[in-house]
Amino acid sequence: MRQDDASSNRSRTSIVVDDVSVSFPIYHGGSRSLKKSLLHRGSRGHIANDANDRVVVEALRNISLEFQVGDRVAIIGANGAGKTTLLRVLAGIYEPVAGRVLTSGRISPMFDIGLGIDLELSGRENVYLRALLLGLSSRDIDAKIDDIVAFTQLDDYLELPVRTYSSGMITRLTFAVATCFAPEILLMDEWILAGDQQFMARAEQRIASFISNASILVLASHSQDIVKRWCNKAVWLDGGAVKSVGPVEETLAAYQAEYGGGTTAAPAATDALTA
Amino acid sequence: MTSVSTQQDGYRLGSVAPARESRLVLALNDVTAGIASWPIWMRLGWNDILQKYRRSVLGPFWLTASAAIMTIALGFLYAKLFQSPIDDFLPYLCVGLLFWNYISSYLLEASTMFVGSESYIKQIRLPYSVYAYRATWSKVIILAHNFVIYFGVIAYFRIWPGAVALLAIPAFIVVTFNCALASMLIGMLSARFRDIPQLMLSLVQLFFFATPIMWKASLLKEHAYIAIFNPFYSLIEIVRAPLLGELPSTGNYLVVVLVTILNVLIAGAFFVRFRSRISYWV
Repeated sequence: MRQDDASSNRSRTSIVVDDVSVSFPIYHGGSRSLKKSLLHRGSRGHIANDANDRVVVEALRNISLEFQVGDRVAIIGANGAGKTTLLRVLAGIYEPVAGRVLTSGRISPMFDIGLGIDLELSGRENVYLRALLLGLSSRDIDAKIDDIVAFTQLDDYLELPVRTYSSGMITRLTFAVATCFAPEILLMDEWILAGDQQFMARAEQRIASFISNASILVLASHSQDIVKRWCNKAVWLDGGAVKSVGPVEETLAAYQAEYGGGTTAAPAATDALTA
Repeated sequence: MTSVSTQQDGYRLGSVAPARESRLVLALNDVTAGIASWPIWMRLGWNDILQKYRRSVLGPFWLTASAAIMTIALGFLYAKLFQSPIDDFLPYLCVGLLFWNYISSYLLEASTMFVGSESYIKQIRLPYSVYAYRATWSKVIILAHNFVIYFGVIAYFRIWPGAVALLAIPAFIVVTFNCALASMLIGMLSARFRDIPQLMLSLVQLFFFATPIMWKASLLKEHAYIAIFNPFYSLIEIVRAPLLGELPSTGNYLVVVLVTILNVLIAGAFFVRFRSRISYWV
């Protein structure tokens, strides 16, 4: 949790990713045949051996990126290209094996909307717990609780255990908490909006107000509509490496040109990249 | 194919250690940032207890009730078996069991400390020490519930330990510190090697019988070394003896000092070196 210089230095909010590599040792899948069968799976992370001859998956390789205030970045790429891993590296969850990540600004990860949700606790207690996990102090929470309660529109349900909620209600609850303070850096893995039409409209309003608050959004998504709508930049990940970075339309167009035609193009591209 | 093997050759896990801040500084930051996050671990620790006893009438006092039943039943049985007077044996067993349960719960639950918190570790960045504080907090709460039995027992048998009992307070802190360190080490080891939980299970069972809890160390006679070389005996004795109005031996204190130093060195070194790998392991 980075809470230092939270609101005062908003303009300095930035993410710098410098030559970052991340690899996962595979502890229980040492089989060589498995390794060989996975070697040429197109845009997946590469399988390699480390110094101790363990099989490792190279999820990210030599990633260098820089995001500034106002950047709304989409991370696109095929399944297994390293999108989620990159987000987790940005969130400080995986400390990279090589390279470094410098972030300034409070990070608000929204990877799993169910995080910290205890079904037996009441909605209000869950709000409190989740806000604590997001790095808010008790005083912040007390100040924000009314806003959260109003946004969820759960009214009396807030006093009932969350297990009595519908999934849409849980989404509203978690969305309200996750967005109850202006995040400086918002990391999202897939668009989380679900729920009834009316709520989606309000949620979009709320997200829009965050982004206009000069924060950074990094969103991994497969949905082109959402990416086009919310992002101005795109990072195309392929096989754990950055294939291209640029304005969202151009990058998306290039991505589509590659994958739209057929699957034959993918392995060739990976080879070209590693050569 | 050639391109891939180049990639393999160029990759060396150990040679690219991040150089920005030393691992020791990062680990110390983790420990202090963890303390500062006390509202999180106190709440999570308390939730862990509530989760177990939700909607039961007695709630966490089920712990007290079951510990009391165990103490009384075993107390009478073993007092007969060992032919020792009940008013001497039952308080001894009571305090011994209280702290054995306290210590063993760390050892048994340590294996899930990180693995069981996978959803947190993978979704949000918290200092890893938070999980150790959380486990410690919930065990302290459980001990506090169980401790009621001690007062019941000394009241019933009219034992007044006197001022010596105050020695139990620093001793308790030392025991807790050791348990927290050890459970963090076990938690990390079990995240990496999934055989550790099974190993702990059998070790805890072994030490329950090998440690003077249901029997007195004096029964060992010339085999007293069995107790002295068992760190659990000294850890329990430094709290048990004061609570029963006796002084622990110098030997007990020496063993505890030694164990503490070893614990700090081993668990500390492991945490400093492998802290950042926990999220990869879980």
